[in-house]
Amino acid sequence: MQIKPVLVALKKHRLATLLIALEIALACAVLCNAVFMIASRLSAMQLVSGVDESSLGFIQLGGFDPKSAHDLNARVVAGLGAIPGVQAVRVINSVPFGPAAGAFGVTLDQAGKQFRGVPELYLGAPGTPEALGLKLVAGRMPGAEDYQTVLEGYLPANSNVLVTRVFAEHLWPGEDALGKTFWTGRNQFRVIGVVAQLSVQQYDEEGERGAQWTVFVPVQPGPQLAGTYLVRADPRELDRVMVDARTALAKIAPDAVVDHQQSDTLPALRTRFFQADRALTGMLVGVIVSLLGVTALGIVGLASFWVAQRRKQIGIRRAIGATRGDILRYFQTENFLIVTFGIALGMLLAFVLNALLMKFYELPHLPLYYLPLGAIALWVLGQLAVLGPALRAARVPPVVATRTA
Amino acid sequence: MFGYYLDLALRSLKRNRVLTALMVLAIALGIGTSMTTLTVMHVLSGDPIPQKSAQLFRVRMDVSPDDHFRQGDKVPDNLTRRDAEALLRNGKADHQAAMSAGAMVVVSAQGEPLRVATRYTGADFFPMFDVPMRYGQAWRPEDDAARARVAVISGDLNEQLFGGKDSVGKTLQVGGQSLRIVGVLGDWAMNPRFYDLSNGQFGNSEQVFLPLSTALDLKLSTSGSLTCWGSAPDSRAPEAPCIWLQYWAELDTPAKAAAYRQYLQNYIALQQQGGRFSHPGLAEALDVMQWLDAKGVVPSDVRLQTWLALGFLGICLLNTVGLLLAKFLRRSGEIGVRAPRAARSSCTAWSRPAWWGWPVACWGWRWLRWAWCWCGTSRPITRHTSTWT
Repeated sequence: MQIKPVLVALKKHRLATLLIALEIALACAVLCNAVFMIASRLSAMQLVSGVDESSLGFIQLGGFDPKSAHDLNARVVAGLGAIPGVQAVRVINSVPFGPAAGAFGVTLDQAGKQFRGVPELYLGAPGTPEALGLKLVAGRMPGAEDYQTVLEGYLPANSNVLVTRVFAEHLWPGEDALGKTFWTGRNQFRVIGVVAQLSVQQYDEEGERGAQWTVFVPVQPGPQLAGTYLVRADPRELDRVMVDARTALAKIAPDAVVDHQQSDTLPALRTRFFQADRALTGMLVGVIVSLLGVTALGIVGLASFWVAQRRKQIGIRRAIGATRGDILRYFQTENFLIVTFGIALGMLLAFVLNALLMKFYELPHLPLYYLPLGAIALWVLGQLAVLGPALRAARVPPVVATRTA
Repeated sequence: MFGYYLDLALRSLKRNRVLTALMVLAIALGIGTSMTTLTVMHVLSGDPIPQKSAQLFRVRMDVSPDDHFRQGDKVPDNLTRRDAEALLRNGKADHQAAMSAGAMVVVSAQGEPLRVATRYTGADFFPMFDVPMRYGQAWRPEDDAARARVAVISGDLNEQLFGGKDSVGKTLQVGGQSLRIVGVLGDWAMNPRFYDLSNGQFGNSEQVFLPLSTALDLKLSTSGSLTCWGSAPDSRAPEAPCIWLQYWAELDTPAKAAAYRQYLQNYIALQQQGGRFSHPGLAEALDVMQWLDAKGVVPSDVRLQTWLALGFLGICLLNTVGLLLAKFLRRSGEIGVRAPRAARSSCTAWSRPAWWGWPVACWGWRWLRWAWCWCGTSRPITRHTSTWT
């Protein structure tokens, strides 16, 4: 197939060619950026919490008298534990995707000079790491003696804690974290175990805290830790158990108010946490689909027009020996060339758009491999769109050449 | 004449209904998508209090002790109770309030406990943010000083608790204490909720407002960002090394704003001299839009989304232009017939456009020009009678 005659013909239709090429260029720019956004949303939604989400629920109570905290905790743990299907009830400050419960700046030294960021702390009563389903990769789980009673403030003065692998690596790159200590104010933490994963409560991608920057501090429940509970049940029974639990709480703890928004199963909390991401992804997919549809429509329209306009010429070419395949390939080549112009312009546009947005709004860099992927998608789209009109052109009989227009 | 052209246009559109429908649909999609994202952008980036946004200032400072000060750190958004109280005592601004969010439980008319969001603030809060009152009024500055057991409730809560009737003078039971209701808010929603972005950036205003001094006295629970430099048995104590109070000041003129900034510098210098820290310290007052910008209230995703939607609209328009072009070029023969036969030469030039198919905008322009010619010419242009087949 010779490209030269196609180019000559296109030159005669400069405006139409330019329009389609511009449309392809814009489509390429939008497509690359939209797909990139979808990919980054989807990867954010893959956040691994590190706990047995499908078996867990969270209950938050409010409005009780802090003086009755011990009593309330005992009543709730016993009362919820009696619900059929409940495997464990533990006092915990929060859960992944639950309410933000406490972030503390930590330092490697007591003097507070070597600052290492602000991880989130999980505080839990005996048995909590096991109920969460944390996976230990080094060291040991806290034993009964590690769960201390907090006399003043929020944390014990010295505690033996669990950290995630990611956070251990952040504090002591390349070293064994076991037995090492770090501080928050005057409170000392000593690492006794490293867990595979435990995500923060409310992960903020734009924040400075990593998704796995967490520390589990074993404590005894008390006034500083009351009213928030972890419920573990069989995944198949979890929904029913949570409904029963809320009903039961009216009797178990009439002095407290259930926070209905926060008290839910972990899958539900997770769904709610990523709601905005899902909505954005849905809208972007909608935009991409309609964008491809509209672009294809434009190509079909213009190609049909050209086919109709060139009926006579096609007839002449057929009469002097061109095969149907030649005609088909002519239109395919023409489309390929136009789309290629468009893509070349579009790649530039996509990159400029991304660079501008990055400069002003701190968006992540568009990876280069998105450009060829976008190009291939548009080439395929162009060829599919032109196929119908091109086949119609190929069916033009040579006899048309003999008729006057 | 316009009616005639309209008739021609409709006939032309009817010739290929599917194509027409698709073009209309494409433009509709483009406009729909871009309007949606522009609306989102407008809501997110809008000025929540346009009449006053240049006169309201969020005060923030870095007075951390030397061992917690790191060059290049972000300025903390909140103040310690010590600093907030010092600024309030000096009262250099036209209005000023230190505040915090919280939550408490009140008992509804049906005896059901309700968990409500609260704001602990000062009497100045209400005039400063132009808060409308349906019944009663805000508490007075004396109530702040006296830790009076008073509260202002939202219209919603008034509806829930008192059936929407004037509840001024009634009491609100809070953890064994009773608060006297002095005012009920009218409709008031700030979006974004700029005065406190740490407790949900968008959404309704709080349901109960009471003096900060009263809340501290009653030891009501607070919520929001709390950062401490050391451990303190009570992080809300007057001298606790914790930053948790939001501070807003109203300064009616740029001159006052400049003077206030100077006052803040002097305050910092005074703290330095007092031996509280030896680093340079920092204090600033950001107006509402600067504050929203600094907090990045509009997510970068939304901005990108807006650009993408506008790009999509561009594609839809280009597409329609292309299709129209194809459609009209195909009938260029028929259009040739349409060249007006009698008109002033300038009108003829305008009436015989090379781009007959150039889209609606051009058509409108042409029509305007033609109307102008019509006014300038004494005899009407002959109308030809051929119709499209």
